[in-house]
Amino acid sequence: MTKPPTNSGVVWWPALVAAAVKLLLIPAYHSTDFEVHRHWLALTHSLPLSRWYSDTTSQWTLDYPPFFAYFEKFLSIFAARVDPTITDLHRGLNYASSSVILFQRFSVVLSDLVLVYSAHRLTRSRNFRALERLLISALVIWSPGLLIVDHMHFQYNGFLLGILLLSISFMEEGRDLIGGFIFAVLLCFKHLFAVAAPVYFVYLFRHYCRGGLVKGFGRLVLMGSAVVAVFAAAYGPFWYYGQIQEVLQRMFPFGRGLCHAYWAPNFWVFYIMLDKALGFLFTRLGFSIKAPTASFTGGLVGDSSPFSVLPTITPLITFITVLLAISPCLIKAWRNPQPRMISRWVSYAYTCGFLFGWHVHEKASLHFVIPLALTSLKSVEDAKHYFFLSIVSCYSLFPLLFEAQEYPIKVVLLLLHGVLMLYGFSARFPETSAMRDPAVKGGDNKSETNAFRIGWFGKSYLIGLVAVEVWGQFLHPIIFGDALPFLPLMMISIYCALGMLYSWIWQLTQIVLTN
Amino acid sequence: MAIGKKKSNNSPQTISEPEIWSFITSQTSKSCFLFIALFAVFIRLAVALHPYSGANTPPIFGDYEAQRHWMEITINLPPKDWYRNSTVNDLKYWGLDYPPLTAYQSYFHGILLRFFDPPSVALSSSHGYESYIGKLLMRWTVLMSDLMIFFPAVLYFVTVYYSGNPDDKKSSKAWHILMILLNPCLILIDHGHFQYNCISLGLTTAAVAAILSNRDLVGSMLFCLALNHKQMSAYYAPAFFAYLLGKCLRRQRPIVEVLKLGLVVVGTFALIWCPYLNSVDAFLEVLSRLAPFERGIYEDYVANFWCTTSVAVKWKRLFTTQSLKLLSLVATVSTCLPSMIQLVWSPTKRGFLHSLLNCSFSFYLFSFQVHEKSILLPLLPASFLVVEEPFVFQWFIHSALLSMFPLLKRDNLVVPYAAMYGLFVLLYHAPGVRKDAGVSSSIPVILKLFASACSLVIHIVYITVTPPEKYPFLFEAVIMSLCFSQFVLILIYINLKQWAPSKISSEADTKKKRL
Repeated sequence: MTKPPTNSGVVWWPALVAAAVKLLLIPAYHSTDFEVHRHWLALTHSLPLSRWYSDTTSQWTLDYPPFFAYFEKFLSIFAARVDPTITDLHRGLNYASSSVILFQRFSVVLSDLVLVYSAHRLTRSRNFRALERLLISALVIWSPGLLIVDHMHFQYNGFLLGILLLSISFMEEGRDLIGGFIFAVLLCFKHLFAVAAPVYFVYLFRHYCRGGLVKGFGRLVLMGSAVVAVFAAAYGPFWYYGQIQEVLQRMFPFGRGLCHAYWAPNFWVFYIMLDKALGFLFTRLGFSIKAPTASFTGGLVGDSSPFSVLPTITPLITFITVLLAISPCLIKAWRNPQPRMISRWVSYAYTCGFLFGWHVHEKASLHFVIPLALTSLKSVEDAKHYFFLSIVSCYSLFPLLFEAQEYPIKVVLLLLHGVLMLYGFSARFPETSAMRDPAVKGGDNKSETNAFRIGWFGKSYLIGLVAVEVWGQFLHPIIFGDALPFLPLMMISIYCALGMLYSWIWQLTQIVLTN
Repeated sequence: MAIGKKKSNNSPQTISEPEIWSFITSQTSKSCFLFIALFAVFIRLAVALHPYSGANTPPIFGDYEAQRHWMEITINLPPKDWYRNSTVNDLKYWGLDYPPLTAYQSYFHGILLRFFDPPSVALSSSHGYESYIGKLLMRWTVLMSDLMIFFPAVLYFVTVYYSGNPDDKKSSKAWHILMILLNPCLILIDHGHFQYNCISLGLTTAAVAAILSNRDLVGSMLFCLALNHKQMSAYYAPAFFAYLLGKCLRRQRPIVEVLKLGLVVVGTFALIWCPYLNSVDAFLEVLSRLAPFERGIYEDYVANFWCTTSVAVKWKRLFTTQSLKLLSLVATVSTCLPSMIQLVWSPTKRGFLHSLLNCSFSFYLFSFQVHEKSILLPLLPASFLVVEEPFVFQWFIHSALLSMFPLLKRDNLVVPYAAMYGLFVLLYHAPGVRKDAGVSSSIPVILKLFASACSLVIHIVYITVTPPEKYPFLFEAVIMSLCFSQFVLILIYINLKQWAPSKISSEADTKKKRL
């Protein structure tokens, strides 16, 4: 490790420590997503490309965009050498030997290299102090959410978020073409990232395609062709085989409901609760209310609405709401496209997508928590907000690990993360202004209020969080036994949704107020 | 001696990277300890996910079954029958062979297990009981013991160790705590293989801390408790004895002081042994269980003198057990003697810590019936000395890990072994800390590099190559001799260090003057 000039040790060191921790977590609980990805290895290995999106051997059909399928195909080359059963379409179903577990866990750990590299790149390009570099890379690489979702629950988010951060890092440097190109690649890995596409579009249109009509148009064509080339590389082969219809159907299953089985802590939780409350109230007042026949988590079947009073929500409504929510940010990006704001804007777009989107998964909160880590040290307000948000986000992921064995692990992980942020932010924003390094950006404000404190609001919210957890884990089973099993989860959803809503409003005001 | 030329590096020089860890190290002792302890707990929880010794291997199983069986025996039988062969307590099947404190500990843990999972400790019917919840509860009892005994003891030790020291030494405190709490060998044996070494080692740590803070009576009592949890704690006895004796001799009324200590020791023993003191037979019955001389001078392939030299000299064939007992006693005492004499001669705190290492190491290398796991005993005082002797500690950990590799491989713990090994190297070389840990003289560095290269090769060979049929334990023998040669070097060096204390103190004086 060569340290003195670039301090690269402070990025690689946390990454290697994280890798050791990830190895230790190999035998931890993994969800059905593990079998999903195993099946995709087998699928892409044993079948010709033309049948990838039409095969129904397993219920876990391929529903990610083509680049991810190619990625699985690439992994399957090694998987077949490690143990041929892994890539066997039929014998491999629900295969869970130690070889497949080791292989898949290692593939996640190795693919995280993209995340590490982008963390290195992002903190390198802005002349951070060693402490700031260490903190930011620790927040990204040691993110408890990523450890829970990727290395226990099982997914490849670290790899995908790494690509997103890489794109952001190029955009921040002003290298828009390659930034846009990488974002297009990301969209072909996982289409859920498309929520930030409007921001990218407006920003690139105004920032990259400027400088007169001719030059601007030339750049527009250049960028357009780069994006088209990426999409052609991804979808071209499927178009050639006449599979485009199947690919799109798999990627956009609108048969799913407004909410996921466990309600992601977003705006619709309040909508549902309001509907329930109104329904209850109206029944009491003597109105006859038809009990809803459909569930929120199930798909839209015919005309039946899962709501008793309030109008039903369709995918189109959520789409419009998300766009409306993002629009202030789009206006800002249109008026004054600045590279230093890009990570905030992208995070904000994902926050909107999370809060108002259709069938949102709780894991999607990582899409804005990880990029926001980059701006968490810009001001004490940012630090306070990030401290709050990352705890809420990590806590909202707790229901993913529901077995007893992982319970202490997730709790200690969150505590560790909280303490790390508390110490780190306190050191970066110390009590006395005299202590501050003059080189710190934005260090001109020397008032006492610049010290990092959790504050009464944060403290009371955190106490409430502990109360919700204690209730759900210990008091509820004692008092209610097995009755009302959904109540603890619902409380986590509602409580975290409050936190998420606060974060959304905070980000919105930041974006609107910043020039 | 080449290693002796190494400069004493008491404070990490962090000039090129100004204090990147200061956000942790500048916290108060307790906050700093809290953070590291949380990390240590997390690592222990992650290691505990892996299999324990003897998982799924009927009919004998392993240490996990032994501990579980002791819980079963102690909660179902009266204390007088714990060490006695009977129809329900077949001593051949993992009969209790640790002193009464272990039995009491098993009793309390047994009650806990009975509350949550009664079948796991049912008399006789639970032999070989293995279940998800059973494993979890057993793992948690180890973690609980660790948290209740080892962790506070380490905090106590570190507080005492740094209480009188100048500030420049204090900056290495956090690193010191990290090195003691994250000793990879201890974590792998307790939380992977499954044992309760944390209790006896924790009690020893507390005893050392008490004695360093001049609470000799408390220290003696704590050490007696350690002895009564695992008889192996006797490895430290010569050092405790010599130091306390040396101190007493320097007081006004030495005889009274010695008598006071003796009274405390006898009192503690009497209290713990009281169920077995009603008859001589009962007492001898327990005692005979604790000294399994019939098992021979060494077992398996432990890297000590007897086992290593047995390649050339067939000790077991040449001598009777009786004469071997005498021989090993003479060898152990004579190798402890220099260290003891020095300590009685000049009982300094520094000498005490060195002597703990010397004596326990002598016992490991020369005493009767030593197990691979006993390397944990010399490792503990070595970790106390880590700030003074970082190079030796690091070398020691490397060879100690190698010496336990065959054992851990048998337990299917290769992945956590590799992860913990990597984690140790990373934590030892944390960026910004211990830049000057390198040794000025090149001979030990080259020697260590050579040893590391050999170690790497033998690790790979051990995993991948099956040994020739004629010598099924060829690789174990190679590992053993490699470790033994390094252990002997370390023992000689530390003995020399203990005898040359004046040089260090004068160096410290000149350092003070410079400041």
